[in-house]
Amino acid sequence: MERDSVPQDNSHTYGGHRKLLYATDERGEYVGVASSGWEAETIATDSALNLLQQQQAETWQRAQRGETSALEYYMVYRRMDVALLSQTSGIFQWRIRRHFKPEIYPGLSNKLLARYSEALGIEITTLKTLIENP
Amino acid sequence: MSNFIHQQSAHCESGVMSSLLTHHGLPMSEPMAFGLSAALSFALIPFVKLSGLPLIAYRMPPRAIVKGLQKSTGVTMQFQTFRDASRGMEALDVMLDQGRVVGLQTSVFWLPYFPEGMRFHFNAHNLIVYGREGDDYLISDPVFETPMRCDRASLMKARFAKGALAAKGLMYFPEKIPSDIDYAKQIPLAIRRNIKIMTKAPLPFIGIRGIRRMGQQLLKLERDVSQREHYLPLYLGHIVRMQEEIGTGGAGFRFIYAAFLRESSKLLDSAPLKEAATAMTEAGDHWRLFALRASKMCKGREKMDTALLNEILNGCADREALAWKMLTTSL
Repeated sequence: MERDSVPQDNSHTYGGHRKLLYATDERGEYVGVASSGWEAETIATDSALNLLQQQQAETWQRAQRGETSALEYYMVYRRMDVALLSQTSGIFQWRIRRHFKPEIYPGLSNKLLARYSEALGIEITTLKTLIENP
Repeated sequence: MSNFIHQQSAHCESGVMSSLLTHHGLPMSEPMAFGLSAALSFALIPFVKLSGLPLIAYRMPPRAIVKGLQKSTGVTMQFQTFRDASRGMEALDVMLDQGRVVGLQTSVFWLPYFPEGMRFHFNAHNLIVYGREGDDYLISDPVFETPMRCDRASLMKARFAKGALAAKGLMYFPEKIPSDIDYAKQIPLAIRRNIKIMTKAPLPFIGIRGIRRMGQQLLKLERDVSQREHYLPLYLGHIVRMQEEIGTGGAGFRFIYAAFLRESSKLLDSAPLKEAATAMTEAGDHWRLFALRASKMCKGREKMDTALLNEILNGCADREALAWKMLTTSL
């Protein structure tokens, strides 16, 4: 890729940052060039982000309807799945799934909640209830 | 505080090593750090899944660059991991208070200066800490243009995030640095190691064969009615992300490697290496063509055409095969 063809597509996923790419100058030497984004990459990142957002909205609605607990919402909000939350918190996957039951979740001890709080980086008081808007 | 100079890089691990060695008196460019550690690869590993999608890597696994550089440059690195997070932070503070500059392996997700769109649970990010001020650590993150800051609590979380490739607080720094490197000997050795990875791997999903296999796989997915609608576009997006996201220098590291070959051709005054650099650049350009078409098909802006994608991937494989062949004969 030549220096002049380094894409400058202002990808919103870069959050205003620029990445370094190596491209060739007139003499064929490689130089570092800052890029503000590339369309192809943005599409790919966006499709991953959209999927996460969709999951987040869906889980919030299910929690709102009382089909799952706030815990599952906060897990998805932190872009985790049960396997990762289990590794991070040290709580077995089957137990986490059990804590997704709205009738079980309010009975959780503060000790257990503290482990989720640590793993998710969310205060215990916040974890106890579902936030009003996803 | 140390007189550390931040330098932006295309990839985190080669960037950290380039900066660390340069800071300690052994100037080295990022492409040279990448090439000397024989870090280029291709691997499509069907049985290792990242949120349901197979692992696709365009470079060697994390820590390969740090370790590879030890081998080729004679640098001795010291590595420390910690069972206890607060002990890990204390050890970092001790180093910083001595004016030392250290590398850390961290998660991307918990670093507050990362933009929202780049925050995924990836635990093998690398950065440099060169000082602290109050509650803030002064960070030289190679993929950013300018130095960053990170509060203590967040840095601790990022260092000790659990899950795949967990860093366990890994801190590393050079212990012994040679005064110079025998490039005439080490460059050909490193290239030979990389030739082996790309052309002689015994497994069909590694190296050039792996690239062709990925094309075949796309054809198969399109024929399969149950996969065509949802999984295939998702998979295409995944391939492109692995190829272009944070610190690949674009084109799945092919441009970094080409830059290494070009720099080597100058150091060793070798015309064949210069030609191989151009061939590798062409492979990289072809990978970019793949990313462009695949991302459009993933989004539905272009009609799904896996026959075309397979053809482009074979084109990538052909170009890489040529570059590696040129390298093999040039050594």
